Amino acid sequence: MAERYSSFEPASTRWLLQRVTAAFLVVVLAFHFFLLHFVHHAYEIEFAGTQARMQNVGYFATMVAFLVTATFHGVNGVFNALVNQGIDGTQKTAVKWVLVVASVALIAQGVRVAIVMAGF
Amino acid sequence: MSQSYNRGAVEDFGRWREFSAGMWAWIFHKFTGWVLAGYLFTHIAVLSSAMQGAQTYNETLQGLEGLFVVRILEIGLLAVAVFHILNGIRLLMVDLGVGLEAQDKSFYASMVLTGAIVVASVPTFLSEVGI
Repeated sequence: MAERYSSFEPASTRWLLQRVTAAFLVVVLAFHFFLLHFVHHAYEIEFAGTQARMQNVGYFATMVAFLVTATFHGVNGVFNALVNQGIDGTQKTAVKWVLVVASVALIAQGVRVAIVMAGF
Repeated sequence: MSQSYNRGAVEDFGRWREFSAGMWAWIFHKFTGWVLAGYLFTHIAVLSSAMQGAQTYNETLQGLEGLFVVRILEIGLLAVAVFHILNGIRLLMVDLGVGLEAQDKSFYASMVLTGAIVVASVPTFLSEVGI
């Protein structure tokens, strides 16, 4: 029988959320990269085009969801990598709260930028 | 039913000689994850130039895109993102118990497919850039 091999304690909420966000991000990250590097080239990006895309409510909502899920997935992954490295106790608590604050700040800034881009 | 697996001190990089495909996949997934998480913060910082107005946004993005080194870094970012996506699909399948017996082959397939996509994308990433 194959053995389970994971960095996470199975059946925890964070473990499940990491998988759920992964499934979402696989699709949206591929879409994002394809749209902004192959359909539109990055060197051609201008504010007017960005604004036109962001004024589409579906696109705007997808990008905000992308930001939130990518932040959770990335920061949660980093946290678990550090736990795997052996951080514990006060160190673990400190790292957790630094990452929580960084995540909240990133999402807040990202949403502010998205609103400016869309002109809402 | 799943069972726990004591992998030992994977973080001891001196063990690289005994690494299996699954362990290489684990190391690469962590590495690419760190890069992508770090890039996310940088990306939002650069896009924040939109808050200074359309002209600043255009100048910031086009200024960066005019640098050869940025284009090379973008190819690196594509490599990292494609591997993380492909290996992420592989991990989701492993989590669901699908293809467990071929987990080493699917890792090699992820590597080969990543390489092919990255090589094929080079002309796109290097178009209209000065050296």
